[in-house]
Amino acid sequence: MTQDSTSKSRQEPRDLRIGLFVTCLVDLMRPSIGFAAVKLLEDAGCRVEAPSQTCCGQPAFNSGDRATTRAIAEQVIEAFRGYDYVVAPSGSCAGMIKAHYPELFDDDPNWRPKAEELAARTYELTSFLVDVLGVTKVGAAFEGEVTYHDSCSGLRELGVKSQPRTLLSSVQGLTLVEMTDSDVCCGFGGTFAVKYGDISAAIVEAKEKNIEATGAPTLLAGDLGCLMNMAGKLTRDGKPVAVRHVAEVLAGMTDEPPIGAAKPQAAT
Amino acid sequence: MSVHSTSPQFKENAARALSDTQLQRALGNVKQGFIDKRRKAVENLPEFEALRDSARDIKNHTLRHLDLYLEAYEAKVKASGGQVHFARDAEEARAIVLSLCREANARTVTKGKSMIAEEIGINEHLEANGVTPIETDLGEYIIQLRHELPSHIIAPAVHLNASQVEQDFRRVHKDLDPNRDLSQPVQLLTEARTVLRERFLAADVGITGANFLVAETGTSVIVTNEGNGDLTQILPKTHIVLASIEKVVPTLEDVSQILRVLARSATGQEMSVYTTFSTGPRRSSDADGPENYHVVLIDNGRSAMLGTSFEEMLRCIRCGACMNHCPIYHAVGGHAYGWVYPGPMGAVLTPSLIGVDQAGHLPNASTFCGRCESVCPVRIPLPKLMRHWRDREFEHHLSPATFRSGLAFWGFFAKRPALYRLVTRAAMASLGWAGRSKGRFNWLPLAKGWTKSRDFPAPQGETFQARWKRERGNNA
Amino acid sequence: MSARDDILSNIRRSLGVTGRETIRTQIAEERLERAPKGLIPARGQVSGEERIALFKAQVESSLATVTEVSSPADVPQSVASFLRDHNLPATLRMGADLRLKAMPWGETSLEISHGPSAGKDLNAVSHAYGGVAETGSLVMISGPENPSTLNFLPDNHIIVVSAKDIAGDYEAVWSKVRFTFGKGSMPRTVNWITGPSRSGDIEQTLLLGAHGPRRVHVVIVRD
Repeated sequence: MTQDSTSKSRQEPRDLRIGLFVTCLVDLMRPSIGFAAVKLLEDAGCRVEAPSQTCCGQPAFNSGDRATTRAIAEQVIEAFRGYDYVVAPSGSCAGMIKAHYPELFDDDPNWRPKAEELAARTYELTSFLVDVLGVTKVGAAFEGEVTYHDSCSGLRELGVKSQPRTLLSSVQGLTLVEMTDSDVCCGFGGTFAVKYGDISAAIVEAKEKNIEATGAPTLLAGDLGCLMNMAGKLTRDGKPVAVRHVAEVLAGMTDEPPIGAAKPQAAT
Repeated sequence: MSVHSTSPQFKENAARALSDTQLQRALGNVKQGFIDKRRKAVENLPEFEALRDSARDIKNHTLRHLDLYLEAYEAKVKASGGQVHFARDAEEARAIVLSLCREANARTVTKGKSMIAEEIGINEHLEANGVTPIETDLGEYIIQLRHELPSHIIAPAVHLNASQVEQDFRRVHKDLDPNRDLSQPVQLLTEARTVLRERFLAADVGITGANFLVAETGTSVIVTNEGNGDLTQILPKTHIVLASIEKVVPTLEDVSQILRVLARSATGQEMSVYTTFSTGPRRSSDADGPENYHVVLIDNGRSAMLGTSFEEMLRCIRCGACMNHCPIYHAVGGHAYGWVYPGPMGAVLTPSLIGVDQAGHLPNASTFCGRCESVCPVRIPLPKLMRHWRDREFEHHLSPATFRSGLAFWGFFAKRPALYRLVTRAAMASLGWAGRSKGRFNWLPLAKGWTKSRDFPAPQGETFQARWKRERGNNA
Repeated sequence: MSARDDILSNIRRSLGVTGRETIRTQIAEERLERAPKGLIPARGQVSGEERIALFKAQVESSLATVTEVSSPADVPQSVASFLRDHNLPATLRMGADLRLKAMPWGETSLEISHGPSAGKDLNAVSHAYGGVAETGSLVMISGPENPSTLNFLPDNHIIVVSAKDIAGDYEAVWSKVRFTFGKGSMPRTVNWITGPSRSGDIEQTLLLGAHGPRRVHVVIVRD
């Protein structure tokens, strides 16, 4: 990975100790995304650690269970104390910490400052690389066309839009083909996708059409939840689109089969 | 509650909507039309974002001083010769309107488009009491013929296609030539114009809503494109304005600020065609205009929203941008929401007005994508307020029991990292093994809603935390 | 307790106020008195020819048509040719506006009628109180001079506006209204008209002439 020469005013990455917020989905479903994030951060010169963790608490938060959310948030605040930055390969989980933890402790003078302090040093992966470290180029290569879905929380809570595109434009051999309505929800919405499965399915069907219309054989995004939703729809309908987290491509770690695809026979 | 609600059947409503091909075709128009037009209008006004702040601040200031501005408004209406009536709820409002109609010996009443009129169910009440209400906004007229609720707050008939409107016109306009050509939308418009022109001229009372009430001058403001609201309020002898109490703003300058974001957010116009400021009845020298001017100020649950987190919802100026940009609305349309107000604004407002026990689905049926908040001209944090409803449902044990126990089960582990690692490690290993041949599941217990139309990707098998520990050892 | 008092006291209870707090009352009174202007977009903040040009462009983008004449005496001929060009009958209804009355309508073959409309007129002419360049809106004031029915019932509405009455923004119009009618007072009706009547209620298709005029034609008088 090449450091952008204009990043002198930025933090010197060598000094930085990063706490990786793996996110529960990446931890459980697709750890290779976490390792891709680690590679990107380490290539940029950071020291990465992954303290013991479970989840950001969003499922409880969005279900109205504030007590459980707080208990989990307190745990996250404690676990990530002392790191220079906390980085998550997810706009949704980073958004939860950044935008909602402070609100969660609105009436708690003890925890509110701690929540704000954590929020201030928490970033989504691509925005951390670009906005904080000033990275504009990665050393990876990926042959072919990809299309990119802007996940809602990252886009609207954190302003993640140009950063992944900046980094993707430096990937050798990769061409980004924008889809129509890349900024429109894919219909995931956490428990929504199960509770209101029919509506969720109708929304992801519209997304599928937009993905297909690009003709790109690969779909990328920055949030595993959305990716699983879109991949699940694409595989069910037999569409030949490989679905991956953007970090996998940026880190050049695309050996694992795409989301929802079987391991090739030779590898089993 | 005044209008019957099917909000508790949201899921059934939604399922029906999703399989209604006519509706799905009509909904395509929402996605294409409104969004692009709004975007262009916003791009044409560099101050738009700052004006959203300004509009929000005006509304907030007004709400914090609502009692005072209502008193000032009332005094000004009286000074200009009009009358103000207060109604605590829908029932009182209906009774006031009916007695005003009787005072005017009204047989027919023309109506401009008004959401509060829908909310209090005035049409049914007038009809039941021998007064015929006639909707004059084209969209409202169409849905009145069909005995439907509006499916959108600014485009009431957006769920219909022209051919459906044609059928309704043929069914109702019986005295017209049955062989007439109605294949083009413009022919439908012309027919409605002709039919309604007679109705305007014959009406005894005109009822309109109000986009704003101006405390400074005692003025009611309506914003329309068709001109029907104006014909409704200047032709009959009596003009009745129905307005909920939060419609008041302090001054003409404040109205002007908010108007700059209203039409742009709603239809993408720079300004709607007709913005009309009405103050009192006709003056002695006037050659036209109503002889009687009444304002019915309706609370119907608003005063109880003040001072709560839902106070922010009272900023709403009913532009419809939230539903125009909502993926859920795009999928199921307005009727699925089951009451007067659809889309994100309805998901927040409806539980306030008819109870979260009735309308609990509405704030839950959201992905929290945040697109509504990003376009709201008065910056109402709609997802946050929907989440507040979910908080209340959880507190009051209104969420489904199976869901609560699932959440509690998950929460138990999420609060215990060591146990969580142990359990998930084993679970993912077996799930990964089960899914290894296909890389996905086409059926999973408890996730039918997902797997009915989507596969569920299989996990890779080893958790991140397990592999991290294996590879990096002692590092946390 | 009356509904009125009940509602007001509910509001006060929710807000945690009595309604008699001096400073709070003063804040509201002062706002009503001062009517502070908010943020006024830069777009309309132009003067002279630039303002007229902006007004004309905005009128056209609202799907109305616009023309200019160099003096009030030229208005009747301009109106007559507009009607002729659109194959409209040579009839015209107007109110008692003195500015319109002073124009030489007799030099045309137009058949003029006076007073409010009862719904059968095809063409009407009104004199605007002013215009707003920001959005190409016309400001109409009710009264015997320009009855409100003329703004809505005829199929074709011709609006005469003096170039000097075209303001940059809405706020400038309100200043003038306050000057004319007194602070806190309003004419019975103020209509802002921005283009001809329209509806998008059928399949989001824009159709002109829903209930109001199908055509709006603006005549700017330079004097």
